[in-house]
Amino acid sequence: MTFQMITTTRRGFLQGAGLVIGIAVAPKAFAASVAQGVPAGGGSGLPQMNAFVKVGTDDTVTILSKHIEFGQGPFTGLATLVAEELDADWNQMRAVHSPADDKVYANLMFGMQGTGGSTAIANSYEQYRTAGATARAMLVAAAAEEWGVPAAEITVEKGRIRHAASGKESGFGALADKAAQQTPPTDPKLKDPKDFVLIGKDLPKLDTAEKSNGKAIYTLDVLADDMLFAVVAHADHFGATVKSFDDGEARKVQGVVDVKQVPQGVAVYADNTFAALKGRAALTVEWDLSKAETRSSSELEADFAKMVAEKGIDAVNKGDVGKAFSEPGVQSLEAEIVFPFLAHAPMEPLDAAFVMGDDGVLDVYTGAQFPGGDHMAAAQVLGLDASKVRLNTQLAGGSFGRRAQFGSPYMQEAAEVYKASGGKRPLKHMWTREDDIRGGFYRPMYLHRMKGAIDADGKVVAWDQTIVGQSIMGKASTELDDSSVEGAHTLPYAIGNLRVISHNVALTIPPLWWRSVGHTHTGFAVETFVDELLQKVGKDPVEGRLAMLTNEPRHTGTLKRVAEMADWGSAVPVGRERGVAVVKSFGTYVSQIVEVSRDEGGFPRVHKVWCAVDCGQPINPNVIAAQMEGGVGYGLGAVLFDEVTLGEGGKIVQSNFHDYRSIRINEMPHVEVAVIASTEKPTGVGEPGVPPIGPATANAWRRLTGTPVRRLPIVPGGVS
Amino acid sequence: MVSFTLNGTEKTFDGDPDTPLLWVIRDFEKLTGTKYGCGVAQCGACTVHLDGSPRRSCITPISMVEGSDVVTVEGISGAEADAVHKAWLALDVPQCGYCQSGQIMSAVALLQLTPKPSDEDIDGAMAGNICRCATYQRVRQAIKDAAGMMEG
Repeated sequence: MTFQMITTTRRGFLQGAGLVIGIAVAPKAFAASVAQGVPAGGGSGLPQMNAFVKVGTDDTVTILSKHIEFGQGPFTGLATLVAEELDADWNQMRAVHSPADDKVYANLMFGMQGTGGSTAIANSYEQYRTAGATARAMLVAAAAEEWGVPAAEITVEKGRIRHAASGKESGFGALADKAAQQTPPTDPKLKDPKDFVLIGKDLPKLDTAEKSNGKAIYTLDVLADDMLFAVVAHADHFGATVKSFDDGEARKVQGVVDVKQVPQGVAVYADNTFAALKGRAALTVEWDLSKAETRSSSELEADFAKMVAEKGIDAVNKGDVGKAFSEPGVQSLEAEIVFPFLAHAPMEPLDAAFVMGDDGVLDVYTGAQFPGGDHMAAAQVLGLDASKVRLNTQLAGGSFGRRAQFGSPYMQEAAEVYKASGGKRPLKHMWTREDDIRGGFYRPMYLHRMKGAIDADGKVVAWDQTIVGQSIMGKASTELDDSSVEGAHTLPYAIGNLRVISHNVALTIPPLWWRSVGHTHTGFAVETFVDELLQKVGKDPVEGRLAMLTNEPRHTGTLKRVAEMADWGSAVPVGRERGVAVVKSFGTYVSQIVEVSRDEGGFPRVHKVWCAVDCGQPINPNVIAAQMEGGVGYGLGAVLFDEVTLGEGGKIVQSNFHDYRSIRINEMPHVEVAVIASTEKPTGVGEPGVPPIGPATANAWRRLTGTPVRRLPIVPGGVS
Repeated sequence: MVSFTLNGTEKTFDGDPDTPLLWVIRDFEKLTGTKYGCGVAQCGACTVHLDGSPRRSCITPISMVEGSDVVTVEGISGAEADAVHKAWLALDVPQCGYCQSGQIMSAVALLQLTPKPSDEDIDGAMAGNICRCATYQRVRQAIKDAAGMMEG
């Protein structure tokens, strides 16, 4: 037997919920029909729905990650927090996904289980350390009892428990059972950061090996005997519904088993994926467009532009902006910037698998970013009690926000498809890349109208910004959605007269947060416009910003650091220019400098990026650097190439990676990252690398060509 | 009926001859390291070696595989593969990891043909492999490190 950290509502010593040491019974056997899909000892393989860390008798220490691992490193980061306080050896650490439970595994910043907002480390910093410290105390107590020595004389280092005076020594595994019998400490002491031995080190990631040899199991890889494979024919207009369909040809396709209408479209079921795809292609579906969005993107943009003049919601209004613009000697600058719809396009399109367990509980496998929501959606659609559905979070091939949806509309579709199948066979439902690009839940389209005033001394004295676009949080037209204006109404620059107005537009096109949410557009608008204002009065982009960041030491710290890294002010190669941007998002401060030239096609070519990040106490600098590199690539690809557009009549234009471009290796700049040393509480890194890269690139481009970027993507049509 | 070898084992397939090699490997042979990413040879997540050359299995009908040797990420071996795996581990290349099988298959094929690739060689061989996490900088360095390991 082994012990594990469990939470009950009966005994409380952590966050009020009560984390106690409990005895784990042997994991219940899985449904025999599951051929693959569940990592050993992971997911619902653990019988108790409440563990955070499990010390095995084999000396392994397994942490249960309440956060999904889709590339940002929570497996490694959370394991580091536990290992630090447990004084474990890094080589004995393992990580698996926790079960779905909105209470036990709540994101302490959300109040429900969920991964997003770059919060995985920030909300878990004390929780997972406490779990580690508790386990350590239990092991030490067990050793003291076993050896008959005072606990205070026992030391733990790199997974070895020692009593120097008696020469006694043990690993964790041999004491795990006895440790499980000990009384948990009521208030385990956490280390002083100066005593950290693992936190702050470049520990190797726990999931690299299995992701390099094909063994990592994603939802698409969950297999069961006799599995059905299903795809759904979707409309190419938002808001369209099925009017009628002819499945005569589809049913003739070898391997197609059935065709059913579901609320989201027409589902084709087959014995293998290809047959399902071929069957779908053979369908004839007539769509009812009576409630569909039939405006094109350019018509939407014209409607947005009209709204700028209407009365909006004041996100901030300080000083007297109107008066500031009419003062004598003041010169002004105006700009209108248009941002397109963006698909997230994670490498693994959305998918889910349904397998009835031998205990009569339906196992649902998916890359769950909101596991509780996905669990409830599946249960509701299937008409099952929540206890009859087990949600198993799988590794996911990226997300960038795509898998976090209120109400879990993707899971609703998958569950409807399973329900319509009759549930006699295990089923995998997958979206194709076309479903993904055309599936909505985009970073919304936005229009920003900017106006700035500079006084006779060359000082920026007023900032007036109007933002028109959908509310990601679904706010009414009269209600401010902070996520539409974040970074703008919280402008870090000391400007006496500041007004930011928001307009929420209601569209049938479903909106969603996209890696760095509002900062995807506000960061661009603010940082390009401030750069233009500085240029207008002949100020240096770095010095000019520093002069206005009078009360922002961490912005200043990263900006100064990145300027040092890039040797800002030194000669730039002929034909190149540099641009800078600094954006705080999710509590993390990132400054970037880019070096840009004009490529053969006349478009920007980004050669080099310097990046300084201040995310408080660094947990794993290597992971932080990787997230900055990835954020740069993800953000740069989008500002250069990406838009989803609606053509004449509202038909979605793009469909796959040929017309919704991703940055490729030959377009990826070299990124040099500096992680600022800090003992502030850690903040996230999954998103904050994204916002500065767009404006830094546009600023360099403007300085190189004289042309400001007023519309994204920079490369029209995305094809260079 | 199509006959081929998969990671050295003889296989036959008597289903729809239009079925892409990708789905034969995944749905019929249950080897899931080879991924679906786009279905139209734009992303490279499905890259396998067909008679020693990198091939996008998502657009390769099984009927074209008759008599061929297919190697997937599960079966890749040799000095180049060993070096690539080592380099990938040392640099912690993967993030979400979903595209990495394809990246590795393209990288191994590159090194088999070009033991000391230049940046341009790497661009040429790897530009067909999309990584939405943008691990490209580490992919590039890992390929160079792997080349260095094989040399020395």
